[in-house]
Amino acid sequence: MVCPTVSIQLADFDVDVEVRALRAGDAGVGAVATFIGTVRDRGDGGAVQAMELEHYPGMTERAIESMVEQARSRFEIRGVRVIHRVGPLALQDQIVLVAVSSAHRRDAFLACEFLMDYLKTQAPFWKKETTADGARWVDARQADDAALARWGVSAGNAA
Amino acid sequence: MNAPAIWRLRVRYFASLREVLGAEETVELPVGTTLGTLRDRLMLLDADHAQWLSRQRAVRCAVDQVMADESAPLRDGAEVAFFPPVTGG
Repeated sequence: MVCPTVSIQLADFDVDVEVRALRAGDAGVGAVATFIGTVRDRGDGGAVQAMELEHYPGMTERAIESMVEQARSRFEIRGVRVIHRVGPLALQDQIVLVAVSSAHRRDAFLACEFLMDYLKTQAPFWKKETTADGARWVDARQADDAALARWGVSAGNAA
Repeated sequence: MNAPAIWRLRVRYFASLREVLGAEETVELPVGTTLGTLRDRLMLLDADHAQWLSRQRAVRCAVDQVMADESAPLRDGAEVAFFPPVTGG
């Protein structure tokens, strides 16, 4: 069975299952790098109680697929798996998984970081945090634009 | 059949803009309209549009589900989206 590269879903994911599927049948893989983003208990608006994630169905998947193509053209990588959750999330929940397999660790690490830097500023997702003062949309960060700029890509996301 | 003299555009909003302006609306504009002129026209609709699509605000745009700037050309039937800076990951 061929696994999808990109999934946007309400459901949680199991990292072990995803990494096993990414490695399955490919003896050329010598390294897998994974990044998992999770719901933190503090944001710019103070203590966070819960989170809601919105996306742009269709565009979000296409944007991430195009990022994966760019990663493939820059790095020697063998497999990529990106899962991003949407909908209501609780503290400590998993939000996003980026997993990259490669022959050697360097390209796996680099591609994983490149994909996350890209996703943070170019994939249409919006976080809304619930705090004691009510719900607020999370502000984009200049630091995330700067992270993508290190790869020579202009983000133009944060105001 | 002649090409229509107007373009019918589907305009979608997300996140904070969706909460104020609604999820989507249909707008008819003259052939040749760019994304920038569409935004100008939308801002004339009412006070909420004027405020939330103001160029004083950080608003990102997409045309046919690809990030675009205001010089982007449109087409009849195009899907245009306006949304705040993205905050996923």
